[in-house]
Amino acid sequence: MAPRFERILGRLEEIRERSQAVREVLLANLVMIGEIPSPTFREERRIGFLEERFSECGLADCSTDEVGNGFGLLPGSDGARNILLVAHADTPFSEKYDHTIAIHPDRAVGPGVADNSLGLAVLAAMPHLLESLDIKLKANLILMGAVRSLGRGDLEGLRFFLDHNRIPITAGVCVEGVQIGRLSIGSLGMLRGQIACSVPEEYDWTRFGAVGAILTINEVINRIMAIALPKKPRTTIVLGSVEGGTSFGAIATHAVLRFEIRSEEESVVEDIHQQIEDIVAEVAAKSGSDVRLEIVARRQPGGIPFSHPLARRTRQIMSRLGITHRIAPSTSELSAFIGRGIPAVTIGITTGEHVSEVDETVFIDPIFTGLAQLIGLLEAIDGGFCDGD
Amino acid sequence: MEISRWLRENTFHHSAFRDMDELVRAKEKAGVTISLCIPTLNEEKTIGKEIVIFKSELMNRHPVLDEIAVIDSGSSDATREVAASFGADVYLSADILPHMGTKRGKGENLWKAIYQLRGDIIVYIDADIKNIRPRFVYGLVAPLLFRPEIRYVKAFYDRPLVVGHGVRPSGGGRVTEILVRPLFSLFFPELTALMQPLSGEYAVRREVLENIPFPIGYGVETSHLIDVYHKWGLEAFGQTDLDRRVHRNQSTRDLGKMAFVILHTFLDRVRSLGILGDLPELGHVLRQFQVHDDIFEPLEYEMIREERPPMIEVPEYRHKRGLD
Repeated sequence: MAPRFERILGRLEEIRERSQAVREVLLANLVMIGEIPSPTFREERRIGFLEERFSECGLADCSTDEVGNGFGLLPGSDGARNILLVAHADTPFSEKYDHTIAIHPDRAVGPGVADNSLGLAVLAAMPHLLESLDIKLKANLILMGAVRSLGRGDLEGLRFFLDHNRIPITAGVCVEGVQIGRLSIGSLGMLRGQIACSVPEEYDWTRFGAVGAILTINEVINRIMAIALPKKPRTTIVLGSVEGGTSFGAIATHAVLRFEIRSEEESVVEDIHQQIEDIVAEVAAKSGSDVRLEIVARRQPGGIPFSHPLARRTRQIMSRLGITHRIAPSTSELSAFIGRGIPAVTIGITTGEHVSEVDETVFIDPIFTGLAQLIGLLEAIDGGFCDGD
Repeated sequence: MEISRWLRENTFHHSAFRDMDELVRAKEKAGVTISLCIPTLNEEKTIGKEIVIFKSELMNRHPVLDEIAVIDSGSSDATREVAASFGADVYLSADILPHMGTKRGKGENLWKAIYQLRGDIIVYIDADIKNIRPRFVYGLVAPLLFRPEIRYVKAFYDRPLVVGHGVRPSGGGRVTEILVRPLFSLFFPELTALMQPLSGEYAVRREVLENIPFPIGYGVETSHLIDVYHKWGLEAFGQTDLDRRVHRNQSTRDLGKMAFVILHTFLDRVRSLGILGDLPELGHVLRQFQVHDDIFEPLEYEMIREERPPMIEVPEYRHKRGLD
């Protein structure tokens, strides 16, 4: 083990302790960021606030790009490397939800606090954190709030930045609020789509007994669940949401199923995609309903090897902090890095529960271990200890 | 002072003061200390957030506040523990000037804060604000720092004046619009310029606070306005638009109790100022009714109205501040 990396590991405990100094700043960021609704494609206000925070910290280069991503640059002492620290700024919660966040002594509760207001709050607190720890990186640290990540956003923000920026990115670190111990080094192959079913609005007595869009979607679901999935490569079909109908007594004229196919092999994803296309065509023909399949996002599988120095150093840092790591494939920001050959990992900051519910919760005490983990990782990348061959 | 001129010169929007560095410079130049007082009674759900926001933004990042204090009326929930865990100075109201006894009411906490806290300026913020932001404090403090002649700055919410091409109503609460504003219109027309006279957020210079009496209940804000107006005139006031405030809504029955105490306080004040002649002895019982199985049931509430004297008259305070 390189002597200097051992020094990084040796400082982790101290960093965990000293990170407590930014507790109020971090929690204030969490409240003020999290209480700004930020559904995908409407992240402007949240990004505006993030930029304001960067600017207040004296970051020289704060900007927003054409798609709305927000940036702050902490210049390094030599600037030879560029580390991109990214957190997605969108949440699945629309403006109609009460976004009030409650702060209790041990936890913060509110929609989106874990996914991913905390990640964004960490970015906003990063200049304070580094300053309070007296850490000055050699590398430039680019702090990025990424827009249009979730659902139909399909990582558009991060993809746009990676496709258009002229700065060579040495490594990427994606920050998620939860769960600490998560270590994503690879992306699954993924296809995200929705199947919409519509039946005519007029009541047609020749079709007396017809059951409407919901049962047609139900038939589609039954057929999808009958698709045989291989054990290897690991593959799954997630049925994420179903919507349809308006009341007790009216036959539903419209229903929508949203789903994802995930697999370690791209060819399996494509094979299942074909099968679902066939199901949709067949159900449409048999039911006489209008049934359509729309693909809204795709991911290529890939990643860095388990033995890649970036993955290995991250595991060592976690281990030194007493964090049990869990290798978890990702379908989020990581895949945008992987597709461009940039080594990257996704890590979580703290423990949490009720993710994606209105009482989404993050626990406060483990945050400081999560921050120490992140700082250790940035120092390791900065020191060249995570470079691949 | 002419109302329209006062509105023009002494009505502010918080955004005018958002430059924190300039605010801190003004504070240093004025050579004053600022204390935040949050009076509480069973506010464990919201108090943590308020303290985190103010400590982060107005102490750690920008040294606007010199102390953050919670003065608690004896909460039965974890209010005091939560507040202390986030670094506020927490006091039980009963422990402050204990020989003067304990009275139950927000005004009691506000009054005891004058004794307990150090600041030359005290800013009072209610603990039940869901959308708390730093502007709730700096928007009220700033006029005192930039305008030495202003002594008492009151908050109001939602823009009541011309905004863009539209005009919106004043946005006062129900008790303001159907009780306080009509009373002020009749007896103190200049005070009608205060958009929300009952708002619980205000920043005040110590020399004002220590010289006015404090009703312990709902009447404290009305009483303050009349007393400050009587001693220093309209020009002593400022008011700041803090935009939106999200808080708990009160039932009509509770508003009735509030209105009773405010009216009582008002009548006492106008009598003591000689504005109204002889009034009969005012009662202390509020009667409300509820219907139960087609039977009208009277409800009687004893509304004790008590008042603390100006703090400057309390020997312990004079001794503590070296005024003897």
